[in-house]
This record gives sequence, structure tokens and C-alpha cells, in this order.
Amino acid sequence: MNTLISLITFVPAVAAAVLALFLRGNDPAAQRNAKWLALFATGISFALSLLLLKGFDPANTGFQFVEDRPWIMGLHYKMGVDGISILFVMLTTFLMPITIASCWNVQTRVKDYMIAFLLLETLMLGVFTALDLVLFYLFFEAGLIPMFLIIGIWGGVNRIYASFKFFLYTFLGSVLMLVAMVAMYHAAGTTDIPTLMTYQFSHEPIVAMGMTITGGLQTLLFLAFFASFAVKMPMWPVHTWLPDAHVQAPTAGSVVLAAILLKMGGYGFLRFSMPMFPVAAHLWTPVVFWMSAIAIVYTSLVALVQSDMKKLVAYSSVAHMGYVTLGIFAMNAQGVDGAIFQMLSHGFISGAMFLCVGVIYDRMHTREIDAYGGLINRMPAYALVFMFFTMANVGLPGTSGFVGEFLTLMGAFQVNTWVAAVATSGVILSAAYGLWLYRRVVFGALVKEGLKTITDMTRRERAIFAPLIIMTLLLGVYPKVVTDIIDPSVQAMVATYAAANPPASN
Amino acid sequence: MVTIILLAPLVGALICGFFWRLIGERTGQIISAGLLFLAAALSWYVFLTFDGVTQHIALLRWIESGSLSTDWGIRLDRLTAIMLVVVNTVSALVHLYSFGYMAHDENWGHDEPYRARFFAYLSFFTFAMLALITSDNLVQMFFGWEGVGVASYLLIGFYYRKPTANAAAIKAFVVNRVGDFGFALGIFGLFYLTDSIKFDDVFAATPALATTNLQFLWADWNAANLIGVLLFIGACGKSAQLFLHTWLPDAMEGPTPVSALIHAATMVTAGVFLVCRMSPLYEFAPEAKAFIVVIGASTAFFAATVGLVQNDIKRVIAYSTCSQLGYMFVAAGSGVYGAAMFHLFTHAFFKAMLFLGAGSVITAMHHEQDMRNYGGLRKKIPFTFAMMMIGTLAITGVGIPFSGEWFGTPIGFAGFLSKDAIIESAFAGGSMYAFTLLVVAACFTSFYSWRLIFMTFYGPEKGDPHAHEHAHESHLVMTIPLAVLALGAVFAGMLWFNDFFGNHETMSAFFSLKEGAAPGAGAIYYGEDNKVLELAHESPAWVSLSPFVAMLIGFAVAVQFYIRNPKLPGQLAEQQAPLYRFLLNKWYFDELYDVIFVRSAKALGTLLWKRGDGDIIDGTLNGVAMGIVPFFTRLAGRAQSGYIFTYAFAMVLGIVVLITWMSIAGGTH
Repeated sequence: MNTLISLITFVPAVAAAVLALFLRGNDPAAQRNAKWLALFATGISFALSLLLLKGFDPANTGFQFVEDRPWIMGLHYKMGVDGISILFVMLTTFLMPITIASCWNVQTRVKDYMIAFLLLETLMLGVFTALDLVLFYLFFEAGLIPMFLIIGIWGGVNRIYASFKFFLYTFLGSVLMLVAMVAMYHAAGTTDIPTLMTYQFSHEPIVAMGMTITGGLQTLLFLAFFASFAVKMPMWPVHTWLPDAHVQAPTAGSVVLAAILLKMGGYGFLRFSMPMFPVAAHLWTPVVFWMSAIAIVYTSLVALVQSDMKKLVAYSSVAHMGYVTLGIFAMNAQGVDGAIFQMLSHGFISGAMFLCVGVIYDRMHTREIDAYGGLINRMPAYALVFMFFTMANVGLPGTSGFVGEFLTLMGAFQVNTWVAAVATSGVILSAAYGLWLYRRVVFGALVKEGLKTITDMTRRERAIFAPLIIMTLLLGVYPKVVTDIIDPSVQAMVATYAAANPPASN
Repeated sequence: MVTIILLAPLVGALICGFFWRLIGERTGQIISAGLLFLAAALSWYVFLTFDGVTQHIALLRWIESGSLSTDWGIRLDRLTAIMLVVVNTVSALVHLYSFGYMAHDENWGHDEPYRARFFAYLSFFTFAMLALITSDNLVQMFFGWEGVGVASYLLIGFYYRKPTANAAAIKAFVVNRVGDFGFALGIFGLFYLTDSIKFDDVFAATPALATTNLQFLWADWNAANLIGVLLFIGACGKSAQLFLHTWLPDAMEGPTPVSALIHAATMVTAGVFLVCRMSPLYEFAPEAKAFIVVIGASTAFFAATVGLVQNDIKRVIAYSTCSQLGYMFVAAGSGVYGAAMFHLFTHAFFKAMLFLGAGSVITAMHHEQDMRNYGGLRKKIPFTFAMMMIGTLAITGVGIPFSGEWFGTPIGFAGFLSKDAIIESAFAGGSMYAFTLLVVAACFTSFYSWRLIFMTFYGPEKGDPHAHEHAHESHLVMTIPLAVLALGAVFAGMLWFNDFFGNHETMSAFFSLKEGAAPGAGAIYYGEDNKVLELAHESPAWVSLSPFVAMLIGFAVAVQFYIRNPKLPGQLAEQQAPLYRFLLNKWYFDELYDVIFVRSAKALGTLLWKRGDGDIIDGTLNGVAMGIVPFFTRLAGRAQSGYIFTYAFAMVLGIVVLITWMSIAGGTH
């Protein structure tokens, strides 16, 4: 039996346990050890995941590296990856060492901080690899706990409010998802995800209390899952927790939140909603489409008027996630490929954008845009990096940001031109808020007193950005590294979906 | 060979941009300029030896998804070859010129490095432009399209300490994005209809598109016309056509070599190139073509009227560019793509030269750009004066009418041949609207061009006497490019007239046209029933003569206003104050757009944020939370971080429920 996935997933957790049990004291030496161990563990996890990538066969659209053991109470511990999930695993393992390196200067409760991130990594990897409903639920829900702690303990002034809001939203979604899972087990008699993916849930209309529910059980299940995933995405109008959470989270927390945690929603749609409830998904596509298009325009407009850098980037994140839901529900090869691509690309770009904010926040301890201006005069390297990621965020061709946006919009156009046109107008707005932010922070003469001694990026900071720049360029210039892996699985999924929704039912 | 041409500027940009600290600024500049001269030389070789057979060179696979397949690739045909020459020649000369122009700059301190950055941007721009023109498919073209947009953004905002430069840079990028919005939708539509974004596949499908309908937004459209209009919206943004033109005059905030390269000779002509490249599509899209003609003619007229009253030397030339681009679109929209490309070709020479000449004047006058502070400069900077004269003779269209009938090709400056070709095409195309506006615009062109010459080089010295005292001729690196471009401004028209437009046989050979060939076989495509070109050749005498007469009138009025009676302009401005202000303020487009788009977007953003996110969404959610789970808020209030435990508890509880249910229900299966 293959244990590679378990190794990748649990190496960080083991390191967290080691830290918790054996590391004593809070002196600088202990802090340094904690950080090095965390970096080492995440690095090992990344190295192992490369083996996974190497052994992965894209042509096989089923699950690979499957590990299936009996577990407590008749449950199964089942893990595995397919073309949809493997790159999310890679994204997570790739970004975690960078995240750890980015919080090298944290002083408060360093050990606990590292433990939180290490546990978070294990839980996130679990979400992307779990092939059993109960296991998935466990990872999915437990993953939020370290994030609450990261915001609640190491966050900003309003951290309690922010994590409370975060909690409130996700809690409501989770309850519904739990109920749905019970119902699924009741109907299908198994919690095995691959089996559920081929199980055809009833879509006979249900009549209850004088109302007819079109799509029947599928619709109910779809909506229950939707509640949970839409909050995670986050989709408009349940997005308002995200800007608050980002603003209060420490930089590294924001990076993980934006780059990885948000992808759980999109992954959930691809793993559950589309393959398991295709008829209901098809019924609800117009609604999701419009929610996505509104999200793009609405949040871009809101981003335009923000005075807090992090909030601006957070709203921009919501807009970019709008392209993801658009692509997923277009359910054609371009749309879904684009959605996955956009999620990966957003992982690098939004992570880097939050790091960019972090670099100057570390120096000036403010996120107010008005407090800056003219940084290029003293921070040319920073100006270059920030410009690069601003352009990537704007979706400039040649960077990964373009490919995802372009493919999802192309996919959406084939389904609904109104939605595609409205969503495409987002490229105008993103340029406006992105460049305007850049201008106010970086360009101009350096007149503010406090900024006159600001220093350019350190070697550590440059080293953190380097891999992100490389990935953004690589995926932009040669996106085949991604599409070659995902495309066969995506095409299989699209074909199954199309079979469940024959043209006559359109 | 084309691969080398394409990549040389990129290599130059990378070396100059990233390694100048190692090799020195000067070396970096020399390397990037040297590579550009190499590219230019190779381009001329390719252009002159091109055998008419379209070549495809695949470099690397790019975006692949389902049936979508995109390559990084090169398509070399006559259109590409023409553009290669235009882009690389002007770019190389501008690189050379910039050695002189950027040598001293009061915007930077003595020890501040800025030259390498400038050269790197210039080379990067050239690379992006080459990627655009050599592209084998629409998506790579879009890459170049946006790439030149970024380069333009960086160069307009090159003086990043100046707020006006930053504002202009953002404006240019965002307005261009409005055009790109249309372009992108056009690409999506084409892919949806033809399942490909490669030019060859798209061209082959164009006859079918003419008879296909596409449901887009509120209506069912003819596919060819719809796609044609969408792509043209993209072209409007890049080529600063009416309604999307507002960025171009502001773009003059950039250093003058940038204006010459990007905002006169190359990037702004990308829209014209796009329309010509897509000629197989437009030949099946008569309504889209009619739309192009109307917009092009209106732009030509509008920009010329604004150009009449501007006082900033660069803005006059900028509006002139805008106007001339309108001419090119009229030609393309009328279905005479050869004439459009011809004017693009000749315009690149004389307009780049006018800009570089203006740069030379500006350098001589210590960065003074207001023509009201010039005057009498012809004796101080005679060479620049001579060059500007040639440019003006070219743009106003000076030549010998009907000389074509005796010599086989008309005799005149470059603009004479290409502009007349367009006006004849407009007439033959049957649009009296376009024809009339273009002739009137030709009169205005002549007026504002001569006005520029008279205000700058004639009359008494005005403004700062100190600046006049120290006015001196520019350095050799700046005057040589002027001289080379002057050659083009004089001879380019006469040399290539028959190839682009004049003679049917040579033109067919030049563009590889064959009778009855399928769309996309040649570099451009003339539909079976497109007889505009033939009709243009047989234009009535008065049509051919009208631009010439218009030019003379413009010249005469300029002489009257600025040489013989210099008080007249002021009097007229006072007499017609509302009209004067209307023109001076560029028809109030900026003010209008500021209210309609900029302010309302910000107001809407604030509204959605405060009311939408704040009151409605958060308000409702809090309400729901308070109503349904009051116990929960109490819990949260009790312990500071109690909710985390609540959450953990709820999750464990959930699992318990799940497992319990499974053990009970599981038995039933």
C-alpha cells in the first residue's frame, strides 16, 4: 500500500507534535529552533510531494496513490489524488515553506505560531487528498481552527471581531453540509468519495408543503454543499468576512488564507457539487453565473475606493474568485481548466500581493495607503517586485494571471454571453484599482518624513519572492506544465457532467 | 531569421534592464541599441527579399485546454514584413536619438541612473510590438497588444515623480483596457464560432461566419459583423479612435522619443494593423466596415479641429497622429487595406520625424513646449528647421497632381501619395460623409502643421530671452535619425506607391493576391465583389484634386494668420470665444468622462461598500445570527476566545451525529 500521501500530509503534524512536546523555553535560541524545524518539515513535505508529481500519470483520470485502511468504527481512512487535486497539494506544499520564511521576524509566541501553521498545512493537505466523506469533513472543519487561532492570537486590533465573523459564516455553511452528508450516506450507503462520484443521486422532483422542488434530492444536497463552499470561496454576497479576516490576520496568515484556504471552496465544487449533483448544478448554473459576474464587478468597484491596502487586495481576491466559480459552472474544458488554473495562479499572485503589503507593513506598521508614496525612490527592488505582481494581478498576458482569467471567460462565453461580457469588464476595473494603488504607494516624490529612512527589501525578502516570480512567469509563458496534468481529468469530468445533462433537458 | 528579429530586443531589454549595474549604464544602452540596429537591418533584408509565401514558425506551445490550442509562433507574410520594417527602423533610430535626448534630464539628479531603465523599456516595448505583429494567432497578438500597453504605461509614467505623468500613464492603460475588453470578447466569439484562434483556421471559416448568427447580449447578430465590431473596439483603444482617444494627448507626458516611437509610428498603428490582418473577416462584414469608416472619418475630423488651437507643440502633433489614424481606418473600412497599410508605412516616417524634430526643438529651448514661447528659431537650429519642413511637406501632402499619369508613379512627398490614395478610396467606397470630412480634415491638417512651423521658426522671438539665447542645434546622434527618417518622408511614398496601391499587378504580387484565392491565402484579402480599389483608381479628377486644393487653402490661411497678420488668431478667438474654448478643451471629452465614468465608479464603489457590504449584507447576517442562534452569541460573549472551543465542540458533535447516524442507518443497507 502506498503511504506517500500520508507522509506528505502528516510530516508537518509530526513536526508540530515535536515542537509541542519537546521544545521548551521562549529564548531566541528556542525560537530559532522552532522556525528552522518548521521550515525543515514543510520543506520535506514539499520534497515528498515532488515524488508524488513525478509518479503521477495524467492520462489516468482515476485516483492514484490511493491509500485505504480500516479506521475507527467501521470508517475508512482513504486518501488519494487525481488530476483535479494533485496540483492543490503541490500548491500547498510549495507555499508553506515560503510562508514560514515570511514570518521569520515574528517575536510573540513563536513556537505556538509555528505549530499553528504546521497543523494548518496537514489539515489543508488532508482536505485535498481525503477520499472519504467523514475524513474530508474532519479535515475541512478542523482546518479552520488553526486559522481562527492565527487571526485571534497574532492578529491586529480588531482580531476578535474578525475571527468571530469568520466563524459565524463558516459555521452556518458547515451545519448544512453536515446534514447533507448524513443524507448522502442515507441514500447511497457509503461514505467513499469515488463511489459517491459515480452514484446517481435522485433528481426526481420532490413535492413538500405544496412546493415542488425541481431536481429533488440533488437540489437539496447541492444547495447544502453550496452554502459551505460559497462561503469558503468566498462568493458574493457571503464574502464580507474575508476583507475583515485579511485585515486583522498577520501577513503569513493572510498569505495562507488567500493562497490556499480559499481554494477549498473551489475544490469542493469540483469534487462534490459538479460530479455528484450534476443535474442540480446545471439547474443552478444561471444563479451561480450571475453571482460570479456580480462578484467581479461589485468587489472590483469596492476595491477601487479602499484606503486600506490589505482590504483592497482582499476585495481583489474576491473578484478573482469570481472567475473561478464562473469557470467551474461553465463546465466546459476551457472553463474548468481555467478555474483550476486561476486558483493556482491566484495562490502565487495573491500570496505575493499580501507579502508585498507585509514588506512595508513590517517597516511602517500601517496599512493606510495615504501613509505611503514615492517608495520607488528608496526601494527600487521592492518597486519592481510590486509592479510585477500588480501586473500579474491585473491579468497581463505572459503572467499566470492572464491564462486563468482568459480561459474562464472563454468558457463562460460559450454558455452565456451576458455574463461573460459583464465579467470581462472586470479586466478594466482591475487595471484601475491595481494601478491606482501602485501609483499612490510607490510612485510620486518621496515627501513623507517617516518614509525617508525606509530601507529596500532584505535578502530574505527577495529570496521569498523569487520562487513566486518564477512560478508566475512559468505558468504564464508555459501553462502546459499545469494543463497537461489537469486537462485529461477535467475532460473526463466534463464528459460525465454532459452525460448527466443531455442536451434535451436544456 | 525572424526569430532573431523577435528576440533580439527582448535580450537587449533584459541585459540593459537587469545587468546595467554590472556592465555599466553606457554599455547597457549600447547593447540594447546595437541589438535594435541588428533587428532593423535583418528586417529590411526580410522585407526586400520576401518571396510572398507565408511562413509559419512555431516556437513553443502555449495555452492548451480542450480543443483550444495556442502556440507561441511567428507568421511571416507581407503584412508582417511591412510592420517589421516600420517598427524596427523607427525603434532603432529612436534608440540612437535617445542617447542624445536622454543624456541630461532635469527630472533626475546627477548621480541618479535612469538611462538604462529608459533603454530597457524601449527595447521591451519593441519586443512586445514585434510579438504583436509576428503573431500567428489572436491570443499571442493579445499578448503583444497588452505588452505594448504596459510598455507604454511605463514610459508615459517614466518621470514617476510627476503626478501628471502618473495620471496619464494610468489613463492610457485603463482606456486601452476598455478597448481590450472588446478585443477579448471578439476572441471569445471567434473561438466559440470557429473552435480555433489561429489565423489560418479563422480565415478559412470567414465565409461561413457571414451566414452564421450569434446570440450576443440582447440580440441575434450576424457573426462576421459582430466579431468585426468587437475587434474594432480593441483597435479603437490602441489607435486612439473617437471615444477612446482621450489617453493619447495625455500620453505626451512621456519623454519625446517615446512619443515618436510608441505614440506616433508603431503602437498606435496596431489597431490599423489588426483590421488589415483580419481583412478576410472584414470582407464578409459590410456593416462592421461601414462602422469603421464612420468612426475613422469622425476621428480624423475631430482630432484635426482640436489640433487647430493647441499651443503645446507635442499636443499638436499628437492630435495630428490621432487624425491620421482616422484616415487609415477609413481606408481599411472602405476595403482598401493596401492604402491603409501604405499610409501607416509613410506616416511612420514623417510622424516619427516630426516628433523627433519637436524633441530637438524642445531640447534647444530648455524643455519649453509651449509654442507661444518660440518664434524665429529657423536661424538658431537650421537643420532641425529643414527636417521639420520636410515633415510638414510630407504630412500636408505636397506633390504634383496628376503626375502619376506621366511618370508611372505620382511625384510628391510620402504623405501626398498615401493620403490621396485614402481619399480616393473613401470616395470610391461610396461614403460621402467620410470623403467630405477627410478633405476638410486635410485642410485643417495643412493649417495646423504650417501653424506649428510658423509659430516655432518664424516671427519674432517670444518667451524667455535666455532660452532663445542658448538655443543650439542638437548633437549628431539626434540629427542623424532625423535625416534618415527624412529620406523616408521624401521617398517612401514614391518608391512603394505601386506596390501598396497604385498598380494592380505589382500590388497583387506584393501582397500575394490571386484571383479567386481563398480568404487568408494572401497577406490581405479582397472579396470577390470588392471593387473599391478599381473604382479608386478611376476617381474623377476633382476627387483627386480636392485634397491638394484643401492643402493649399490650409496653407494660405496659416500664412495669413501667422505671417502676414499675427493679430488675427487672437481676434478670431475672442470673436468666437465659445467655439474656441470648445476646441481648446478638446470638445470637453475629459470632463464628460470624468463625471460619467471616474466619479460615478468611485461613488458606486463607496455605495456598494458602505451600504451593500456594510448595511445590507452584514446587517442581515447579524440580524439572522441574533435571531436564530442567540445562545451562540451569548456563548461567544462569555469567553474571549470561547468561539473556537464552541467551534471545535460543534465539529466533534457533528462527527458524532454523523457516525451515529451511519451506524444506525448503515444497518439498514
